[in-house]
Amino acid sequence: MAELPTPTERFLQGILPENPVYRQLLGLCPTLAVTNNMKSAVTMAAAVAFVLFCANIIISLIRDLLKPHLRIVIFTLTIATFVTIVDKFLAAYVYSMSKELGPYIPLIIVNCIIICRCEVCASKQNVVAAASDAVGQSLGFALALFSIAGVREILGTGAFFELQILPSSWPNWIIMVLPPGAFFTLGLLLGLVNWLSNRSGKKAT
Amino acid sequence: MDNTENKKSKLVVSHSPHVISLSLSTRIMMTDVMIALLPVISMAYYVFGWLAIKQILISAGTCLVSEFIFVGMRKKSLTLTDFSALITGVILGLSLPAPAPWYIAVVASVTAIGLGKVIFGGLGMNIFNPAMVGRAFVMIAFASVMAASGYIDKSMSIDVMTMATPLNAFKQSGILTSCSDLIFGSINGSPGEVSGIACILGGVYLCLRKTVSWQIPAGVIFSVLILGYLAQISGIQTGWTVLHQIFSGSLLFGAFFIATDPVTSPLTPKGKFIFGAGVGILIIIIRLFSGYPEGVMFAVLLMNSLTPLINRWVKHRTMGEL
Repeated sequence: MAELPTPTERFLQGILPENPVYRQLLGLCPTLAVTNNMKSAVTMAAAVAFVLFCANIIISLIRDLLKPHLRIVIFTLTIATFVTIVDKFLAAYVYSMSKELGPYIPLIIVNCIIICRCEVCASKQNVVAAASDAVGQSLGFALALFSIAGVREILGTGAFFELQILPSSWPNWIIMVLPPGAFFTLGLLLGLVNWLSNRSGKKAT
Repeated sequence: MDNTENKKSKLVVSHSPHVISLSLSTRIMMTDVMIALLPVISMAYYVFGWLAIKQILISAGTCLVSEFIFVGMRKKSLTLTDFSALITGVILGLSLPAPAPWYIAVVASVTAIGLGKVIFGGLGMNIFNPAMVGRAFVMIAFASVMAASGYIDKSMSIDVMTMATPLNAFKQSGILTSCSDLIFGSINGSPGEVSGIACILGGVYLCLRKTVSWQIPAGVIFSVLILGYLAQISGIQTGWTVLHQIFSGSLLFGAFFIATDPVTSPLTPKGKFIFGAGVGILIIIIRLFSGYPEGVMFAVLLMNSLTPLINRWVKHRTMGEL
């Protein structure tokens, strides 16, 4: 069996080489749905980071007890537990944000990034590797969400974190904060990332 | 088809279709479209003056520059000389409101060429009509400038620009515009669409030159005639007759110049008629039942997405097929 990556490798891979959004194309539902402004993107990234971190640790701790045919059920139940905690926490402390994100917080349960990390890393490696993997992947996911949300919020409203940064004569590109803008931005940034990595790949060889 | 190469050497091995007719080259087709657009552009100038010309120049210029940049990025051979980007730009410019600020035309043109055409692989590969992709983008992005109120500019010395567009005047306040105004063009609207007679002149020229297939405009007008007549006798819209439906808005401009884009319309004559009829049906549905006063752009884009299905539906049966 091939050697599994070390904790450091796991951490670094998650950020760019195996970025969950730009490389693995996972978790696209929240990527498209909650990136029309930076605030909700930050909330979503934090929620996913918390759930992923906790779920990875728990799964890693019980990895020897997992039965192969029941593992997905166990993953889902573990994830659902932490998602419920996040959902209630947001509803209690940042009610307006909880309202704005609506069903997308409960939907973290079926976010493929988390199930994928449980399957690929946590159910096979020790706690340290699982934890650093979770941090790396969360950072990668946050990076993707912030880049998309940044472009959309600046073009769509001329603001960044609700702070006006473009002159007030800027004509707001309303389409960018609407669903089509999410698809345009994701597609173009995906192309940009591929182009950049192709270029750096060519230079290296 | 690469006709110039076919002419240079007598022996060329290539896959079908073996088209060597010069009348079918992209460049000649696009020149024909340009000639056909002359009456439309002249009427646009007559009604809106330099504002319309400014819109057309900005769009055409930006389209050519975007084509140059995006095609260069994909490292494909440059296609500026086939005039296709120029036509996209001119049609786009004719479809934008005359008082719209300069960045509208620029954003629409970059979107039209970049997202509408080159990203799919360039001319001949695009699914949607590039000019309409660009227009739809700015229509949603800059809703306040592109909506019906964006056509009105009270500060202008041009009379028609102080009036609402006929379709919106009727939709909002039930004001009828006389058919003769719609046919001649002394109304407000997008520069390309105001004059029914200019669109028909150019369109008939294109159909006679066989640059566009007559089946598409025929399909549009046929279905609008039937549905418009039904709407007229059912009394949904008092006073708005079937002739108003035909000559108002961008229906004729769309039927002859936009829906007929050979890349995004079906291949067979039957398919083309179905495509045109579908565009007409959608236009009437959008005009009667939606919040928008006009629906040519959305109708064309929606039918573009059905083009592959229509192609499959009306496919010629192979000889001996079971």
